[in-house]
Amino acid sequence: MHIALAEATFLTANDLSTQDLENILSSLLHHRLDYADLFFQRVYSESWMLEDHIIKSTNLSIEEGAGVRAVVQEKTGFAYSEDIYLGALRKAARAAKTIARRGGREKVAPTSSRKAAPHLYEPLNPLITLSEQEKVELLHRVDVAARAQDPRVTQVMANLSGMYEIILVCASDGTYAADVRPLVRLNVSVVVEDKGAREKGYFGGGQRSGYEFFLQNNLVTDYAKAAVDEALINLSAIDAPAGLKPVVLGAGWPAVLLHEAVGHGLEGDFIRKKTSAFADKFGQRVASSVCTIVDDGTLSLRRGSLNIDDEGTPTQKTVLIENGILTGCMLDKQNAHLMKQVSTGNGRRESYAHLPIPRMTNTYLLPGEYSAEEIIGSIQDGIYIENMAGGQVDITSGKFVFSTSKAYLIEHGKITAPIKDATLIGNGPEALMKVSMVGNQLQFDTGVGICGKDGQSVPVGVGQPMIKIDEMTVGGTHS
Amino acid sequence: MKELVQLERSIKKALLAAKKFGASSADVSSAIEDGFNVIVREGSIETLEYHRGRSLGITVYFGKRLASATTTDIHPEKIEAVVRSACERAKFTEEDPCAGLAEPELMASELPDLDLYHPWEMTPESAIQEAIACEQRAKRFDPRIVNSEGVSVTSGKQFSVYGNTHGFIGAVPSTLHSISCSLIAEQNGQMERDYSYAVARDSAGLMGGFDRIADQAAERTIQRLGSRKLSTQKVPVLFVSEVARGLWYHLLSAISGEQLYRHSTFLVDHLEKPIFPSFIQVHEDPFLPKRLGSAAFDNEGVATRKQHFIKDGILRHYLLNSYTARKLGMQTTANAGGAHNLFVSHQGLDLQELIKKMNKGLLVVELIGQGVKLVTGDYSRGAVGFWVDHGEIQFPVSEITIAGNLKDMFANMVAVGKDRDPYDAVQTGSVLIEEMMIAGV
Repeated sequence: MHIALAEATFLTANDLSTQDLENILSSLLHHRLDYADLFFQRVYSESWMLEDHIIKSTNLSIEEGAGVRAVVQEKTGFAYSEDIYLGALRKAARAAKTIARRGGREKVAPTSSRKAAPHLYEPLNPLITLSEQEKVELLHRVDVAARAQDPRVTQVMANLSGMYEIILVCASDGTYAADVRPLVRLNVSVVVEDKGAREKGYFGGGQRSGYEFFLQNNLVTDYAKAAVDEALINLSAIDAPAGLKPVVLGAGWPAVLLHEAVGHGLEGDFIRKKTSAFADKFGQRVASSVCTIVDDGTLSLRRGSLNIDDEGTPTQKTVLIENGILTGCMLDKQNAHLMKQVSTGNGRRESYAHLPIPRMTNTYLLPGEYSAEEIIGSIQDGIYIENMAGGQVDITSGKFVFSTSKAYLIEHGKITAPIKDATLIGNGPEALMKVSMVGNQLQFDTGVGICGKDGQSVPVGVGQPMIKIDEMTVGGTHS
Repeated sequence: MKELVQLERSIKKALLAAKKFGASSADVSSAIEDGFNVIVREGSIETLEYHRGRSLGITVYFGKRLASATTTDIHPEKIEAVVRSACERAKFTEEDPCAGLAEPELMASELPDLDLYHPWEMTPESAIQEAIACEQRAKRFDPRIVNSEGVSVTSGKQFSVYGNTHGFIGAVPSTLHSISCSLIAEQNGQMERDYSYAVARDSAGLMGGFDRIADQAAERTIQRLGSRKLSTQKVPVLFVSEVARGLWYHLLSAISGEQLYRHSTFLVDHLEKPIFPSFIQVHEDPFLPKRLGSAAFDNEGVATRKQHFIKDGILRHYLLNSYTARKLGMQTTANAGGAHNLFVSHQGLDLQELIKKMNKGLLVVELIGQGVKLVTGDYSRGAVGFWVDHGEIQFPVSEITIAGNLKDMFANMVAVGKDRDPYDAVQTGSVLIEEMMIAGV
């Protein structure tokens, strides 16, 4: 079904046949290449923005193009075109293959190895799952809900966005695969003011489905309340402490810690090039024995999930760290080939105009045995991070940071005063050694993650139960 | 240039279509890029990418309602369908009293040639050879340089055109070339990475070129080896120019119209008030030839101008486009799309002299994380740098944070150096700040 839609979109509409694609791949492989692929993509995306009580703007974007890649060992030639007719594809292929010397040695595998793709989400166009009027009404409901929370709310911004992506991959290793990917998101941002003091709060979520996801239960109210709560809590926040403290990270989105501390350092390109602090640590202990961390692209409806990655490989669940021992990394085809392994379905690209590289999907920590009360109650003087903004890592030195957006002091086993936003810093291969307690309730983020690498952004997910880290450097202003 | 002719045709087509579907006004921007990027690593080519991309974006106005659309298909026959979609969607947005194009009398009438177009004769093949030599030179610098993230060479042409229904149309051909080298050194099992780069409109502006980049990247990377943490304490902090640039970008965000009308910045109601010491001047000059930020008109076609944002430490202008100006009851400052070449005044000291002046404190060379909250000015970020004592660098430092509040950091600037880093539209030397909190062990 995906294949049929993708062929109609990219081939029939441009007078192309699968034979044309095979011919282009053959012409590429007349040169001394290991691998070549063609990637076709069309993306429709829209956003609707509410501010000052009105629907202020809407944007519709239509992007379409094809990328041609030629690979020989660690060398890659790449070109793309926004025109998808035969001449344009041949021209891109000629540019891509300048990477290789003439030689000729391989045949293109026939494009017959069509596997049934998994079905993690419906192949629907989310942009048409609500009428324009219903989208507008949804945003107005967010506005009303947020302002109803508290009279100190002075600004409400709400953004509804949806994306409908169709891809087709045709590769010299016989891959011929397609995917149809919906993605929706709703964000709420508020400003609160009280006696001259101002704060902002934010909440958002989404998944791979139609917009009707946002109509269920009390989701609109929940999002609005969460954004207002964050802003109000921060209005009364005191200075964050500076220095080493025990830290408790809440369940869900605070798993940004895993994404930064170990996730990026376990992407296969960094491992192969030995530029990652984890490169020589396979089989060794890199986390406490209560930590088992996986990357899993096969979770139904999740933002980071994919039926197939952007090289046509089905996604999978890859164990990265098992009971504290480093066991796996995330691979695309090229790095897997060079490392004599197989792709883990982590080859992703922002678009046809970018090269695929190893990327995370949904990265999470499996649950342990402690209740939230037991974890908080174990700390005399520390901090509890309920929500975070973003993070960053230097994969070579292993140093990583993340910033809090809703955090509190823990005093004598109790959560007490809210504290101002602060950055926390640690070292990837050491930080998870200090995880001493893991909670019993695994929670995923609400569907907001955007990960940047090499100038490319892709949607990702994270998850974890509550965890306790015995010691981290907290970058507050109060000593 | 045939690209500009093609773009102008597409833009006129889009504007006509907007009128045809009932729009009262519209504006369109469209661009074509043509360039390549090579990355060389461990002595051989790793990637060779050709970038030939294009895009078109239109905003249509129906009185005070608007909608926009963007597309990668700029063939005239396809544009009409995209414009029609935008016009249909505008039925569902609501009247915004401040919406609209910039006033017609503000459109740039003279479009001086700012000399931004200088194609590089470098072919991908010769770029690969130069990059390989650059990496080799860097690795010979010191045996502790054990690995490389590669040497990257990028060269591109960009053709961009903006037009609107006031009849304004402006075309800008430009080029941008860059070289970067990122290295990894190892000592006692600890790896450190650092890099150096250059970017310019004209390849002659890549001063010293590959050799200088190789030597600087190698020197910086080696200097990071053996880094230590610091104890938690309050000390003076010196941001080297490449990092100090960020402080001025925070200023630009904090005085931008979007943040102001949303009351999302700590600088609400600070116009004509002192926010820096009186020796600080910050001015914009859009008309310098070959500069990265030069432009004769902003993203709305408004004529740009020389202006002071900060004069004698006092905030003299916000950073506004026509929309945010109307929201604030002011006039646009021709900054739709941002500032065009920003210059921060200096007191004549170079980096060494600033280190001496600081005497004891932290020299910051890299910041990580996004811990800057404009609504309150709260600032907390991961830092890498050097501990300075007795006016000299003592040892490298990492895994610490620096924290403070931008309002205090601005007010307590002690000095700005003359060591301006040329590779950015914001031109600042290193910045010494009286005191910040360092969190470590």
